[in-house]
Amino acid sequence: MTAVTTAPSLSSPASSAAPGQSTAHDDGARTSAGTSSSLPVTFSGVGRSFPVDGGTRTVLRDVDLTVAPGEILAIVGASGCGKSTLLRAAAGLDQGFSGSVLIGEEPVRPHDHRTAMGFQEPRLMPWRTIHQNVALGLPSRTSRSAGAEQVDLLLELVGLSAAAGRRPREVSGGMAQRASLARALARRPGVLLLDEPFGALDALTRLKMQDLLLDIHAQTGTTVLLVTHDVDEALQLADRILLLGADPSDPDRPGATTRQVLTVPGSRPRDRGSAELAALRSSLLEGLGVDSHRH
Amino acid sequence: MTASTAAERTEQTPPPAPARPSGDPARSPLSRPGTRAVVALVVPVLLVVLWWAVTAAGLFSPVQLPSPLSVLEAGTDLAARGELGHHIAISAQRVLLGFLSGGLLGLAVGSLLGLSRWADALLAPVVGALRAVPSLAWVPLLILWLKIGEESKITLIAIGAFFPVFTTVYYALRHVDPHLVEAGRAFGYHGLRLLRTVQLPAVIPAVFSGLRLALAQAWLFLVAAELIASSMGLGFLLTDSQNNGRTDRLILAIILLAVIGKLSDALLGLVERWAVRRWA
Repeated sequence: MTAVTTAPSLSSPASSAAPGQSTAHDDGARTSAGTSSSLPVTFSGVGRSFPVDGGTRTVLRDVDLTVAPGEILAIVGASGCGKSTLLRAAAGLDQGFSGSVLIGEEPVRPHDHRTAMGFQEPRLMPWRTIHQNVALGLPSRTSRSAGAEQVDLLLELVGLSAAAGRRPREVSGGMAQRASLARALARRPGVLLLDEPFGALDALTRLKMQDLLLDIHAQTGTTVLLVTHDVDEALQLADRILLLGADPSDPDRPGATTRQVLTVPGSRPRDRGSAELAALRSSLLEGLGVDSHRH
Repeated sequence: MTASTAAERTEQTPPPAPARPSGDPARSPLSRPGTRAVVALVVPVLLVVLWWAVTAAGLFSPVQLPSPLSVLEAGTDLAARGELGHHIAISAQRVLLGFLSGGLLGLAVGSLLGLSRWADALLAPVVGALRAVPSLAWVPLLILWLKIGEESKITLIAIGAFFPVFTTVYYALRHVDPHLVEAGRAFGYHGLRLLRTVQLPAVIPAVFSGLRLALAQAWLFLVAAELIASSMGLGFLLTDSQNNGRTDRLILAIILLAVIGKLSDALLGLVERWAVRRWA
């Protein structure tokens, strides 16, 4: 099959519904929750190999893509194709990749403070309350009172004000995942990185979380890179979808690379049943090696 | 889109707090602290009654097994002369100092080796070999180096307290959920801040089980140290009574060791509960 767009596209996101690009230069907590200046992300020739017994295994190679500030990019692909690897490179959690990743104008740094990560599991500290867990994400120089105020705002944003004093084991999986999202936002990230953040939630909660993410995006305008295995989620949330996979025309070269970069038509919220999306869905599923007519 | 609508849409009714495994207080009378204390006293009281019965029946000579009353009298007699309080105080002081220094050192070395791969590679074999030495084997060397004073006893107790703490902290730190550590790192925590924020709270329960083991070891080594060379303390009371044929005092010393050891453990248990509530 032919790729729809393989070259990195610099065109502005399809839904140019003015993602609230506010500045981060204003001082701290008096501004609305999670205000940040969104930053572009540039992947150039990004690859990753892991050493295995007697050699290396290439997971990812030659990924070139520029994500515009304020854009939501969904990264989809078969499991094990390096989606999370790409995200971890952008987060500065993995230093072993080749090529370069720029956050804004500068290369990504270890544990880059301009990005924030939301993991598949909430990864909340079980000995801290929800409020204290969200506070973990605050930039280290935040004063105590400004930080508390900021956390209160974020908890309100994700609808957890009532649960602020509870421990993670005392809240539902969806609530824990919202706390994890609030913790990431507390960092005022220029780029929000989400690694299958809703994958472990039940279908109904997942839909609500997707709406919440769009609300947060509308309020903060942050750039979002979202790894997902759910094609419908990608179609619902993303401006563009990056499909990763092995190149079938070049089976001798191992490792996943950019198969397609699809621009999703229409502005959000999108009609989940539209024919246009259905066509894209088929094309994506085909790219993932699934016969779309049987699903 | 406002924050409040976002909140409303995603708000769900919170689940009820999970049931505690300790169960329904209405069902088991044991979950009431008062009842528990009474139940805990049943067996000790029965044992004392049995003891009194066999001595009253004359099954043993007073040198073999004195009656409960004569042991009590030996205790009041020693207390009246001010010796008992002195023995207890000096033993408690030795245990406390040895336990604190050994425990803190165990915490420090366990943290260092548990957190740093380099320190682990460099020091783990040495510490492992030292642990393999039966701790009493140090006694002759300690006496040679530190003479028969407080230092040699406290050092021996510290050696006894060191290893349980070191071992539990070391292994607990190696097994902290790597997901939580990565999350901490992802939010810019590293070094001491990461230790304080993620790793130490995660290992608090293990640290306390190590500390409680260490406290028991500290009492063990106290008696060993005082049996070998001392002129006061509960261990000295044991050897001294043995040499003088004072079985009543001997039994008194054993009962005191049991009661004080149990009390110190309970005290540490209280600290543990507070720490777990606070951090874990």
